[in-house]
Amino acid sequence: MTDAPLLEIRSLAKSFGGARALRGVDFELRAGEVHALLGENGAGKSTLIKIVTGAHQPDAGVIRIGGREVSGLDPASARRLGIACIYQQPALFPDLTVAENIGLRLDPGHALRRVGWKKLHEQAAGLLRKIGAAIDPEAEVRGLSMPEQQLVEIACAVGTGARIVIMDEPTASLTQKEQHLLHAVVRDLRREGVGIIYISHRLEEIFALADRVTVLRDGESAGTGAIGELTERELIRRMVGREVAQIYPPAERPPGGVALAARDLGCAAGGVRDVSLEIRAGEILGLAGLVGAGRTELARVLFGLTPADSGAIELDGIPVTLRSPQEAVRHGIAYVPEDRRRHGVVLEMAVAENMTMAVHRRLFPGSWLRSSAERMLANGFVRDLAVKCAGAQAPAGSLSGGNQQKVSLARWLATKPRVLILDEPTQGVDIGAKAEIHRIIRRLAGEGLAVLLISSDLPEVLGMSDRIGVMRGGRLAGVLPGGSDAHEVMALALGQTAKGAA
Amino acid sequence: MLTLLAVFAPAFFQPQPLLSLATREAPTLVVACGMALVIISRQIDISVGSQFSVCGVCAGLLAASGWPLAATLPAAVATGALLGAVNGALIAGLGLPSIVVSLATMVTLRQGLNLARQGQFVNLPDGVQWFGLSQSSGQGLIVGFAVLLLVALALAMRHLAAGRFIHAIGSDAEAARLAGIRPRLGTFLVFVLMGALTGLAAMMNVVQSPQVQPLSGLGLELKVIAAVVVGGVAISGGSGNLWGAFAGLLLLACIGPALTHLRVEAYWEKAIQGAIILLAVVADGIRSRRTGP
Repeated sequence: MTDAPLLEIRSLAKSFGGARALRGVDFELRAGEVHALLGENGAGKSTLIKIVTGAHQPDAGVIRIGGREVSGLDPASARRLGIACIYQQPALFPDLTVAENIGLRLDPGHALRRVGWKKLHEQAAGLLRKIGAAIDPEAEVRGLSMPEQQLVEIACAVGTGARIVIMDEPTASLTQKEQHLLHAVVRDLRREGVGIIYISHRLEEIFALADRVTVLRDGESAGTGAIGELTERELIRRMVGREVAQIYPPAERPPGGVALAARDLGCAAGGVRDVSLEIRAGEILGLAGLVGAGRTELARVLFGLTPADSGAIELDGIPVTLRSPQEAVRHGIAYVPEDRRRHGVVLEMAVAENMTMAVHRRLFPGSWLRSSAERMLANGFVRDLAVKCAGAQAPAGSLSGGNQQKVSLARWLATKPRVLILDEPTQGVDIGAKAEIHRIIRRLAGEGLAVLLISSDLPEVLGMSDRIGVMRGGRLAGVLPGGSDAHEVMALALGQTAKGAA
Repeated sequence: MLTLLAVFAPAFFQPQPLLSLATREAPTLVVACGMALVIISRQIDISVGSQFSVCGVCAGLLAASGWPLAATLPAAVATGALLGAVNGALIAGLGLPSIVVSLATMVTLRQGLNLARQGQFVNLPDGVQWFGLSQSSGQGLIVGFAVLLLVALALAMRHLAAGRFIHAIGSDAEAARLAGIRPRLGTFLVFVLMGALTGLAAMMNVVQSPQVQPLSGLGLELKVIAAVVVGGVAISGGSGNLWGAFAGLLLLACIGPALTHLRVEAYWEKAIQGAIILLAVVADGIRSRRTGP
């Protein structure tokens, strides 16, 4: 073993458009260590990984592998340099056997070359044995469980002689027993001198497995330390340790009666379990949690997109069933979905047409489109929400992200809802438009709307919410009062152990 | 092209041949209107030719067994709607790809008809041809009706909420669903309408001759899909209108007679049609790549 670290990263920077994903990250991976990478959603973990695997090119900074500086890394050269990445969702071919998958990964070969089936199987069986996986190389990947597929991925990584193995939340969907199996394999790799970058949100796992931890925050390194020198409390402080910089509009008056109540709400298909919550008229209930904690899934249940199969929903104290978006709309629920670039607005259609899409029945009795009514409604919202567009007849695709979001919002405000569910309303929106959307949300709540605000932007949830619900693993882990600090929210979202909380 | 014709073959523009041509193409126009809606909603139906034949033969048999015209016409439309509903149920209900479903129904219907009829013509009783009117007024009626239908459907697409829903479903079905529109119901109804229009078109075709030929709809699907695509309806759904489909059909329908008048061999007709379709699709592809993501 040489003294040079396996992987050394200095002042790495990367921007996407105007957004700076990484602004000077330092990172170091030694041979034979498990190095955990920790950070909030959007802290820059995936960008860092994608640069190391060659999927993205950095704007600035130095990458050294085994002491040698490399530049112009692409996926093929990264693999040649011994870098392998195991994603949460294994990227195997489901219709091919395990051996075929491993063979393809190790040596794609030429299209016309004969396949050495026997050698292929021996090689696969050998690799699987080496990592201690009891998997039949002849089995079709389709029939394997998620952890078995991850083991196949690891076998591929070992087979290519990878010295740097990146694991991106490998245990997110595993049972306790499967986790232990995976951990054993990780320890074996470590013993053989492989360096492992391990991304996980589970603090207890990081304490059990990692040698060192690096925390990323807002695209910067927030410190690296040996695991023995750190406490959970310290790690969380490093992850969220920033001040709420923006000024959020305060509530104007106390909330009214309960507008929406959910009791023991569950939906097996959406992975939502036993959620009970109440939102009052005029109140903003923030919903925080890590990606995959079930926040969007809960919203989809409340909007009837994936109907609940247990529990009850009450609107203004009256029990209702919501089996389709139409029913939800009829009961006064509106849902502004996340990822508006894909499904929030129909990009080909005009701003005005997008705004009236959910209110045809009311606006156009007899279903005859009246352009005067449409224009009046659209112009009203364009003025009211300050939508910057060439006019209500401009295609929605010609607007900026923040303004598309306003169009999506207008569509649902046009339904005159009582409950407004906002899913990541400011994702990918620039700072100016973001503040504007925040003011609009607060004003709507002031007008008596009950607002459920789902956001991965922690300062936004903290700043906007009158109360904050935190989800973890499909359940509501707790509801915190407004004015709670980031530590408390993150502790709930991460499932801090009793030991760390003490 | 019409200018070209005017210079080289002024005979093309005589009123009587023109009316005959328009009458022949009127049923195709009705089917093309339906196909435009299907393609705007990002689906396709290649079984219309077979549906057309089945509806025509059914209508002929009913008329031959003594049904009055006033009952035969709705029966043909209902038969088409039923066949469309089968397609729609499989495509919208089970979420199967429309190209495969309608390929299967195309072959099934065609072979079923061949088996049942063994290629026999159906002889129609008196009073059915030209709706019992004189030839010229019958022709006028058919052409007038087709144009009326085109105008009505085009206006509906522009001014009824349903038209906008079809565009929304074709642009982004998931966005439409999130907006409270029911894409599956919409798709199903589009296929039912497609079938009903095909049934109507079959009837408009039946009355043009004293017999019903079971092969009358063969290749119809190609012609109407071509007309719709040439008319600027994007094959990827969401955009386009019926006027375009009308213009496309006008162009395609003129090629055959034009070639005759210009004394070019008739074999060229299909080749030129194919080239025009290819050109339209390529133009659409280039355009969407330029404005796309």
